[in-house]
Amino acid sequence: MTAQTSTAHENYYVPEKSKMAVMATIGLVLSVFGAANVMNDMTFGEPGVSSNSKFIMYTGLAVFGATLFAWFRQAIRENLAGMNSAQLKKSYVLGMGWFIFSEVMFFAAFFGALFYVRNLVGPWLAGEGDGGRMNHLLWEGFQFSWPMMQTPQEAVGGAGSQLIANNGTFTSAHKSMAFAEASAWYLWLPLWNTLILLSSSVTVHIAHMGLLDNNRRKFNLWLGLTVFLGVVFVCLQALEYYEAYAHFGLTLNSGIYGSTFFMLTGFHGFHVLMGTFMLAVQLYRSVRGGHFTANDHFGFEGSSWYWHFVDVVWVFLFLFIYIL
Amino acid sequence: MGDHHHGPAKGLSRWLFTTNHKDIGTMYLWFSFAMFLLGGTFAMIIRAELFQPGMQLVEPAFFNQMTTLHGLVMVFGAIMPSFVGLANWLIPMMIGAPDMALPRLNNWSFWILPPAFLLLASTLFMEGGAPAAGWTFYAPLSTTYAGPSVTIFIFCIHILGVSSIMGSINIIATVMNMRAPGMSYMKMPLFVWTWLITAFLLVAVMPVLAGAVTMMLMDVHFGTSFFSAAGGGDPVLFQHIFWFFGHPEVYIIILPAFGVVSQIIPAFSRKPLFGYDSMVYATAAIAFLSFIVWAHHMYTVGMPVAGELFFMYATMLIAVPTGVKVFNWITTMWRGALTFETPMLFCIGFLVLFTIGGFTGLMLSIAPADFQYHDSYFVVAHFHYVMVAGAVFSMTAAVYFWLPKWCGKMYNETMGKTHFWISFIAFNVTFFPQHFVGLAGMPRRIPDYSLQFADFNMMSSIGAFVYGASQLLFLYNVIATIVAGKPVSDDKVWDGAEGLEWTVATPAPYHTFEVPPKIDPAHAHF
Repeated sequence: MTAQTSTAHENYYVPEKSKMAVMATIGLVLSVFGAANVMNDMTFGEPGVSSNSKFIMYTGLAVFGATLFAWFRQAIRENLAGMNSAQLKKSYVLGMGWFIFSEVMFFAAFFGALFYVRNLVGPWLAGEGDGGRMNHLLWEGFQFSWPMMQTPQEAVGGAGSQLIANNGTFTSAHKSMAFAEASAWYLWLPLWNTLILLSSSVTVHIAHMGLLDNNRRKFNLWLGLTVFLGVVFVCLQALEYYEAYAHFGLTLNSGIYGSTFFMLTGFHGFHVLMGTFMLAVQLYRSVRGGHFTANDHFGFEGSSWYWHFVDVVWVFLFLFIYIL
Repeated sequence: MGDHHHGPAKGLSRWLFTTNHKDIGTMYLWFSFAMFLLGGTFAMIIRAELFQPGMQLVEPAFFNQMTTLHGLVMVFGAIMPSFVGLANWLIPMMIGAPDMALPRLNNWSFWILPPAFLLLASTLFMEGGAPAAGWTFYAPLSTTYAGPSVTIFIFCIHILGVSSIMGSINIIATVMNMRAPGMSYMKMPLFVWTWLITAFLLVAVMPVLAGAVTMMLMDVHFGTSFFSAAGGGDPVLFQHIFWFFGHPEVYIIILPAFGVVSQIIPAFSRKPLFGYDSMVYATAAIAFLSFIVWAHHMYTVGMPVAGELFFMYATMLIAVPTGVKVFNWITTMWRGALTFETPMLFCIGFLVLFTIGGFTGLMLSIAPADFQYHDSYFVVAHFHYVMVAGAVFSMTAAVYFWLPKWCGKMYNETMGKTHFWISFIAFNVTFFPQHFVGLAGMPRRIPDYSLQFADFNMMSSIGAFVYGASQLLFLYNVIATIVAGKPVSDDKVWDGAEGLEWTVATPAPYHTFEVPPKIDPAHAHF
């Protein structure tokens, strides 16, 4: 049925031994153990008691970051040394593709929560339908609208007069992020952020075309512009958060509107930060190392896929968080 | 770097730094067995407390920690990693690949698991004890009433998710990219097919679980209100997100088991698998349906009637592809030249008991009837029939079946058969009476019960102790085989075995298929 043959078939490069996995494990476990304890100190700890949680977390993050740096550097060097067969390169392509799919599903969980709350929970709390039969006992007077400008807790007079157990005080924002609340269209930051992110998807594509044309200057220029747009986006997002906390009364504690707003835009912003960093690394590799050729540039192409993914997520955010 | 035609490195560094799929598979298998014993210990404590009515041995709060940790350790620590270990060992050999597609990532996927479970187990010694909200950790028990251990637990779940996602991406890349020339998709062994689909499910739903625990973390520490009605959220939202993960999760556990059974039954029937194509399509259909049935876990939570009906009918549909599978296995055996070695016995045990578990699942899927069964011992009996007699029995069959290929030695058949019969009988003594007490109204997750349930509970406990002890026999048999088993010289080991893994030497060399094997184009499927 089968026989071992020695016909010309490229050898798949299987690295012999690697310390990367163990180092990354140490980094990851210390990071999360430290982070968990930092949070526990914050919520359950006695004030004034010092702990070494932060030290553990930062040590872990440092080890983790250093390991990832070494790991990626090694992978890049192996590729430059010609050790990667076409088949191995395809493994990296598949890996990146399915990783992005897993990210899509992560965002899906938060979008799912948003849709469920807006379409079902909100009306039920306000007394609509079968789900609303408890309204007159628990949340009498609560009116649902989106953005939700008054929490059920506030509708009944605050945490003190609420009948059931709760895990906090949920205040209300006095101003939402909706377009109608902006004083002028050009002062509505999400619009600018949308323009910036959509343009950056175009610029990164132009950079890619430059690379395919063997035009190094064009590639560096347009990739640099993309990184710049990414940085501007993150800065504007930070400004928006500052506005929300300082002037809108919109915080993580502002009920489900604040929760979904900050978690969705926050995770997205974090992904923009990661994508910007990834593209910046590719820019550095191209400018300083002269890496990438027209037919071998997956480090860049994978990062650009990630960038397009982040852009698509933003389109949905813009639609469901800011407009609708 | 360097040539890789030599054997494994010496000492601990072999295991810490390895990139070899067989080493990593071995580590997964041993780790999962250790977790099986740990989770089993928790189960023994539960059954000891329930041996008689009244409070006997442990505090109720500790009892809750035991049910919680038993479930978490068995699902995430024992069953899932055991099948990942099997995938690591077998998939490259079955498709004629030199190794997994991303070997370093593979090692990382494994090594983050032990510290994660160490952290989880360490919560037992924290102030306030381990998480106690059940393995499904519903809000607000796991948020409003959470102690510090829940924070550790949340990060453990994150690490397990990272491990599963990386492992699955690796499996998908291996299957899609590393098949030997001529090994088309519809020629792949069914174990490879079921794992490909399982890996897809894992990549799709582990991030959703990560989202759920992240929302918990934010609710506990940062004042968000995802699961708090006072802020406009909803505790039921947690259940929806959890079960959107949780239902595909049960197929993540059982699909690789289907794959194992589909390899073993043909080998001992000396016939090719009946209905190979329909097996593949049925697996895909089950995976698709698993995404649209999650709320059948939540019939009693107060859903709109339209929702109850939709989830009821969608759930019943799953019986169709599952039935296709069961009939295909039976038809494979029909007029086969059957022999009943230990792996075959466990597979037949699987077939009978899993089908019972499937039927009780069908009973539970009926929304109006479920109002009676919900959160009763009937549910406990149902899911142990599919988790233990389904997943664990098939995993045990797999170990007996492939162990001679892995270590080049044959296990003691008498001891193996003894292990099967004790397991089979003890399992039924443990869990069959739970159907009765459940239907009569005994709730799950309660350390005490009404007097009329006493006899059946004592039976259950005795069965559980015997079942637990019989696993030590299994452990002994495996170790005795590795240390001093009778050497096997035949590459094929079993005369009915089919597939590329049986064409390499026994024991399997450290590196196999560095050059892809040639596949006979006339061969139908493996």
